[in-house]
Amino acid sequence: MKRYQAHILICSGTACESQESREMIEKFHQELKKADLHEEIQIVKTGCFGFCEKGPIVKIHPDHVFYVEVKPQDVEEIVKEHIIKGRRVERLLYEEPTLQKKIEEQEKISFYHKQLRIALRNCGFINPENIEEYIGEDGYLALGKVLTEMTPEEVINIVKDSGLRGRGGGGFPTGYKWELTYRNKNDLKFVICNADEGDPGAFMDRSILEGDPHSVLEAMAITGYAIGAEKGYIYIRAEYPLAIERLNIAIEQARDYGVLGEKIFDSDFNFDIELKYGAGAFVCGEETALINSVEGGRGEPNAKPPFPAESGLWDKPTCVNNVETFANIPPIILKGPAWFSRVGTKDSKGTKVFALAGKVNNVGLVEVPMGITLREIIYDIGGGIRENKGFKAVQTGGPSGGCIPEKYLDTPIDYETLKEIGSMMGSGGMIVMDEENCMVNIAKFYLEFTEDESCGKCTPCRIGNKRLHEILIRITNGRGTEVDLESLQSLGEMVKESSLCGLGQSSPNPVLSTLKYFAEEYREHVVNRKCPAGVCSMGKKKTAAVPKQ
Amino acid sequence: MKQIKSLEELKRIRDNANQGLNIRKAEEEKHIKLKVGMATCGIAAGARETFNTLFETIEKKGLKDVYLVQVGCMGYCHDEPMVQVNVPGESPILYGKVDKEKAKEIIEKHVEKGELLQDSIISKSFHKE
Amino acid sequence: MPEELKVKEKNDLQKPIPKEHYEKLEEYIDSLPSLEGRLIQVLHHAQDIFGYLPRDVQLFIARRLGLAGAKVNGVVSFYSYFTEEPRGEYVINICTGTACFVKGANKLTEEFEKKLKISAGDTTEDRKFTLKDVRCVGACGLAPLVVINDKVFGRVKPEEIEGILEQYL
Repeated sequence: MKRYQAHILICSGTACESQESREMIEKFHQELKKADLHEEIQIVKTGCFGFCEKGPIVKIHPDHVFYVEVKPQDVEEIVKEHIIKGRRVERLLYEEPTLQKKIEEQEKISFYHKQLRIALRNCGFINPENIEEYIGEDGYLALGKVLTEMTPEEVINIVKDSGLRGRGGGGFPTGYKWELTYRNKNDLKFVICNADEGDPGAFMDRSILEGDPHSVLEAMAITGYAIGAEKGYIYIRAEYPLAIERLNIAIEQARDYGVLGEKIFDSDFNFDIELKYGAGAFVCGEETALINSVEGGRGEPNAKPPFPAESGLWDKPTCVNNVETFANIPPIILKGPAWFSRVGTKDSKGTKVFALAGKVNNVGLVEVPMGITLREIIYDIGGGIRENKGFKAVQTGGPSGGCIPEKYLDTPIDYETLKEIGSMMGSGGMIVMDEENCMVNIAKFYLEFTEDESCGKCTPCRIGNKRLHEILIRITNGRGTEVDLESLQSLGEMVKESSLCGLGQSSPNPVLSTLKYFAEEYREHVVNRKCPAGVCSMGKKKTAAVPKQ
Repeated sequence: MKQIKSLEELKRIRDNANQGLNIRKAEEEKHIKLKVGMATCGIAAGARETFNTLFETIEKKGLKDVYLVQVGCMGYCHDEPMVQVNVPGESPILYGKVDKEKAKEIIEKHVEKGELLQDSIISKSFHKE
Repeated sequence: MPEELKVKEKNDLQKPIPKEHYEKLEEYIDSLPSLEGRLIQVLHHAQDIFGYLPRDVQLFIARRLGLAGAKVNGVVSFYSYFTEEPRGEYVINICTGTACFVKGANKLTEEFEKKLKISAGDTTEDRKFTLKDVRCVGACGLAPLVVINDKVFGRVKPEEIEGILEQYL
């Protein structure tokens, strides 16, 4: 690998790329060529830095200077001032709002300070389109170690001991899932990577695939070895063109380097990976529905058991794991289960990536140790609520999760505590709401989503969610009654208990949690026909014509 | 591309690639840092040549943990080109009028052996930012 | 025959589907190593070629893959990515993810509907614009956002919509 005296890292995640970071890379090439420095300075297109709020991001090494909100027209100045003369371009440095001070180094920005990056370790650091940079960061070393020094049982035990749990939402212990699939003897088995990130407001998996695709490929091969599979599929949303492009490049390179294909590391292990595209159905995040979709059919879930570990793709034992879960595997193998399990809480080990969005100052991707409090995430990392407005609720777990009010901000979060307070970990979307958001309206938004995305196979979900949605429409139009509130509660509980798959079993959560924590707001809607946040129309046009009684 | 067939081959690629990536790591405390004053006046006095010589020498010797950084004006315009050497745990040393020859000497003596080039020092142990 | 079906039939007759498109699709299907489990993949490819998946194309695929037409239509209608109606030259996707929603994406939809005089999900008469919503693009830092073909407009305000549309007229 050629060495350069300086590296310019430019974020090419979806959020930055849609703000002309591609044009910027072009411009950097031109400007460096003009200055005759193109041989000495390397331009590196990286994955997401996570700090999407301030994108596009440009980082310059070895000075470690971190520029934010850079536009193509700033490139000339950066090259002339920073690269040629070594002077910082002050106006492009990040200014910490709480300190009102310009900060030069990424690590000192409070957005990054409390983060601990395991799954995102390479995002924003390496060029995702260059396998050698991944190898340079110990990439494929875990696969090599597993294939040359370990038995499948040993691999499974390491993952079990680490305490890693599924990051897609359910939180099932990953090692046990592997063991179940391993125990089911069959001539054919499959590994599937669930990259059908359908939660609105979640973009963790996309960022990992765009920023560090090889980590997922390597982990899939390790899984294949552990459970005895030779073929892997990545089921990815068609709405993620950039991630698809990077994965295709990565798979091609991995085959060239022999870390995918036949007789990997001269062992008897063969493994190859193929992409399968989703087509826009939220329910396909559920593993049995996903398998039906990979087979080319309608993505409807099946009743479990049998679990995919016994009978999955083409009725063969199949191990389905989520992108973020996979990204954790190589470091666990290399550094050992104890290294991983020292982070986190009693039953939830390691870190979790959250997509922090909504009414916070710093929207972006954050990876934090399990057991951190919501307050730390929202205020210390997220920089607090926009325009100094009041905090109202934070929604985790997407359409399957609930809204958490202020009194729980200091709860250390893990899989169990979030469930106790009526929400769930989910895949990691975290939407912050302020006093201007109406919680009834938010519940309506999620129910509209689940009504639309319910596959229709089972009645409670198909019809129950529709009725829930209708009641919420009624309430936001000012036509709700107190009886409606009772119906919401009992119907919600019924749908939860009797639905076939995870979608229906969790879809009433947004309603039930808001009913519990924001009961007053619901009552205002039905008793006084008022929306305290001033969001709902409350059927104004109609009621205006009705004379007062 | 030849396929990787053993851990040793993988590690060879890794070590080679890793050297190129080291530059992006933030743990500066462990590394020797050479700062070259590259403001307009520095460049006019030949700082670019100095910089390139330093870079080539580090490269040729395959020195690890030595970073080369270009910085702005250091203030001593009459002694340009200037190079500041930061060795972890020691006070920074500032050298003036560093030409190609002296650049090589800085690497060979100061960086590799820890011997200071007494004649060229402008300042010792000033406050390091 | 219901009115809407008549209109559909007429559309299909008015715009005959070019023969080369079928040839291209046939060529692609022939290049596949096996046909089992390839339906979604073939539909993606077909939509890239034809722009949408009219009845005739679905039946063509059914015959070539040895599936029932109902099975193909079942899959096409299940997934929101596939469309049976032709789309406009420019497809306006309004992100309706949660982050965009809490920042007022519904106001953008209303404004687009007013300006284009169509409702979400429809195409203008001159086939210039299709207005639809899309589930989270994953660029929540830019919320609320609108994607027109491949171009992303971030932090859009309702009053900026007129200017955005003008770029495409």
